[in-house]
Amino acid sequence: MNVLSDYFRDLAERSPRWDFVWLYDGSATDRILSGLWVTIQLSVICVIASLVIGFAGSMLQTSRYRIARLFVSGYLQIFRNTPPLVQLLFFYFALGQFTPSYSPDGWTQIPLISNVGWAAISLSLFGAAFNVEIFRSGLEAVPNSTTEAADALGMSRWLIFSEIQFPLALRVCLPALSSNLINLVKTTSQAFAIAVPELLYQSASLWNDHPATQNPTMLLLLVVYVGLVGILSLGLRLLERRMRVPGYGG
Amino acid sequence: MWSPTQPIVAMKDVKKSYGDFDVLKGISMDIMKGEVVCIIGPSGSGKSTLIRCINALNDIQHGSITVEGQEVHDPGLDKRILRRKVGMVFQQYNLFPHKTALQNIMMAPVKVLKEPRAEVEERARALLKKVRLEGKENSYPGELSGGQQQRVAIARSLAMRPDIMLFDEVTAALDPETVKEVLVTIKELAADGMTCILVTHEMGFAKEVADKVYFTDRGLIVEEGHPSEIFTNPKDPRTKAFLSQIL
Repeated sequence: MNVLSDYFRDLAERSPRWDFVWLYDGSATDRILSGLWVTIQLSVICVIASLVIGFAGSMLQTSRYRIARLFVSGYLQIFRNTPPLVQLLFFYFALGQFTPSYSPDGWTQIPLISNVGWAAISLSLFGAAFNVEIFRSGLEAVPNSTTEAADALGMSRWLIFSEIQFPLALRVCLPALSSNLINLVKTTSQAFAIAVPELLYQSASLWNDHPATQNPTMLLLLVVYVGLVGILSLGLRLLERRMRVPGYGG
Repeated sequence: MWSPTQPIVAMKDVKKSYGDFDVLKGISMDIMKGEVVCIIGPSGSGKSTLIRCINALNDIQHGSITVEGQEVHDPGLDKRILRRKVGMVFQQYNLFPHKTALQNIMMAPVKVLKEPRAEVEERARALLKKVRLEGKENSYPGELSGGQQQRVAIARSLAMRPDIMLFDEVTAALDPETVKEVLVTIKELAADGMTCILVTHEMGFAKEVADKVYFTDRGLIVEEGHPSEIFTNPKDPRTKAFLSQIL
């Protein structure tokens, strides 16, 4: 270990554009790791929340109440037709002004929703807008005749949904769902714009402090994102393979 | 209360329309327990709609349908009780594609009737044997031929131990050579005393197994009777024209 850090310390002195500072300086390592941890947390929260909101939205889309359907379609229009970066800035700077704050010591004012909180909310809603449509496409792909057969067997609406419609819809929409979730994980890097201390933010602040580390840190960013997204897409592909039914679909 | 000497299915002046189009214009029929009834007629004459009204997959606008004395279109009726009594098999089989043959058969008794799994499994295996699909327990519908899928669908309905079976053109989507295996299964069911109501184009089959044949045209029953009368000596000109075209 010592040999390695000595090597990179030496390399930094010999070639000033290749300072792998996070390989020999503990405080730089901590900054990168803490950024990575925030990125992972933000990704996990946004993926789960976007799935939950997306699912709820696709249910409301077929609600018998017109107002609920209108609400969902308005939501879809806004979140699918504006850039996620604009959404982040809007949530943090515009809505952030109107959210209540509290004072722990009588002097400072701390907003109830932090920048990390706004990033999680805004990115979840962004990802969910696409998930709504993806879930809908899956549900619409389940033939009426299949649910009718379940109906004729006396199954309740809930049973039909949970045992027939949902499992079949999931199989249909998994490929589209995968690419949207992958996109969402990559989009968490835009939380940089509202100073969420995620991986890109920490990396950029590191190379602002140590310009010589810019090249190595950019490389690191690429490698880490490829790895993160790779893990997610591998997991989703395994799920897809596990759920494959012989003689059904592709 | 209903007793087996009364009709198991009784329809009285049933009318149904989709918008302006009258599909059923006053259908009445009485079907006794254990009878095998075939409904024949040109396409668009309302045969499928008629059979689907019996287990309330379609609603009606006028008249009454009773199954074992219970009014089917009573808004307060628990449809699950009705569908427990009336099994249905469809033209396109409509199996659950993500479940194996055995799981398809077991699902409703386990989830709807809440019967013990082990008992249902035993019954499901026996049913698969009965429809001659031993060894296909773990096959998915996509791995089975049309005729095999249709026999799984019949077994799936029978697993609910219905009193009446409805067959809606169940051989219409099959290859000629697989039609027979499905018809044999239905014939055995009929021989076991199951009340069967079939919409069919298999005239040979109707002639052989039906106790009664109804000929429908444009939402009305034009002629009814024993197959020997209807097929050999039709009275109504429309029946004559229809039979001369297909026989």
